[in-house]
Amino acid sequence: MTLADELRNEPSEKLLVECVSKTFRARSGKILALENISLNVREGEFVCLVGPSGCGKSTLLNIIAGLDRPDTGRVLADGKPVNGPGRERMVMFQESSLYPWLDVFGNVMFGLKLEPQFSKEERREVAMFYLELVGLGKFTRANIHELSGGMKQRVALARALAPNPRVLLMDEPFAALDAMTREQLYSDIQEIWAKRRKTIVFVTHNVREAVCLGDRVMLFSPHPGRIQEQFEIQLPRPRDINSVDLAKYSTEITRALKRHLKPELAEVSE
Amino acid sequence: MRRWTTALLVFGALMAIWEWLVRAGVWSPVLVPSPVDVGKYLVVSIQDKTLLEASYVTLKRLLLGYAVGLVFGLPLGLLIARFKFFQDTLGLLALGFQTLPSVCWAPMALLWFGQTETAMFFIVIMGSLWSITLAADAGVRNVPPIYARAAQTMGSRGLHTWLKVILPASLPFIASGMKQGWAFAWRSLMAAEIYITILTGFGLGHLLHYGRELHAMDTVIGIMIVIVLIGLLTDKILFSPFESFLHRRWGTGK
Repeated sequence: MTLADELRNEPSEKLLVECVSKTFRARSGKILALENISLNVREGEFVCLVGPSGCGKSTLLNIIAGLDRPDTGRVLADGKPVNGPGRERMVMFQESSLYPWLDVFGNVMFGLKLEPQFSKEERREVAMFYLELVGLGKFTRANIHELSGGMKQRVALARALAPNPRVLLMDEPFAALDAMTREQLYSDIQEIWAKRRKTIVFVTHNVREAVCLGDRVMLFSPHPGRIQEQFEIQLPRPRDINSVDLAKYSTEITRALKRHLKPELAEVSE
Repeated sequence: MRRWTTALLVFGALMAIWEWLVRAGVWSPVLVPSPVDVGKYLVVSIQDKTLLEASYVTLKRLLLGYAVGLVFGLPLGLLIARFKFFQDTLGLLALGFQTLPSVCWAPMALLWFGQTETAMFFIVIMGSLWSITLAADAGVRNVPPIYARAAQTMGSRGLHTWLKVILPASLPFIASGMKQGWAFAWRSLMAAEIYITILTGFGLGHLLHYGRELHAMDTVIGIMIVIVLIGLLTDKILFSPFESFLHRRWGTGK
């Protein structure tokens, strides 16, 4: 890199989404899943994408992950274009993507085994560290089907964290869990995020969840998928999902959400 | 242990009834020899090694043929699942051949290879290969796409994804295909041995055939019992551990 390059380079965002559009072909014709989405995420920031189902937020997450390609626009991670999935951007999926043929430890080791720089001993150490971090140190040899839904998502979290990605992409990871388990995981994920300083993009349709976790909440509306508004959440951490301050924010965002949905509903009813 | 005791008691009682029916003259000993006579035949044939040799010959054919079926069937199934071209050609062929009772290969095997071991192997291979191929194909198709996507985000690509994700994920399907392949191979081998005389080795099917020729019902029933026992044993030794591992890991079954 020459000095000129060095000077020309602005301090790059961790993630930069530039004018991304994506259409899907469906039986009823083309569906514009994302229209001209631009978004930047700072290093260490926790950004939540909120919107009703079908607004393209998961599609955007998959594009950032490199699992899907945008029709137009591009995604930059650390200033470099994303051309495919990579370990520096790990994904935690909505449904369980754990491998039933491996035990808990084997699942966390899966990604680590693909890291040639580690010795066998180091891999085991790292896997144990993250299993302890998510509170599953005692369940390393358990089979996946023996775990509760919450424990499964904890394993998925440990597996995503283990290769030490700088960016964590989470696609409604707690949607299928009961309220009690979810609340525990909200505080856990905030703690882990604070400890490990990850950049997190978190997709959810639960406004409260987004306010509880995010530094910033991006509001999506469907048909076509667009970012309508963004909200900075200035609440001290760790946040409690049941706090009154948090409720104020989520009421505001829910109102905004309804406002953006209304013309849509009006169209339908005509 | 208790289950074994129950089984022993029930079958023991049935044998006793059978023995009594023959001794009382209700059943003709020519058509139904007593269990004692069948036992005597088995002891004698074990002592003069005919039974052991025949079992060895049969099992060798079966195991080798099955191994070949497995070694070729799995990759063929993966090819069919992976490439549209193979799906449309080989997949159709496999489906067709799988529906063909494998003893139907016997006339062709005889004409091609003569009365040789090769002919027997060929029949066993044709019996197992297509079931295993189709099971591997179905297994791969039923792997949730999210497994491969998750693997990709962890840096897995191409062959690694296939060996470490797709193949293990399809194990439950492959296991049932292997079992079906085994059953087909075993049936076709028995049919072929009864039907074709092979000069290089007498298998259990041949003994069964000669038992009929000589009107030796004790031989016929004795050999049938041995064939049943071999089937039971292979199931318990070869498949049960594998299946219970799968059940434990996947949390399926009881």
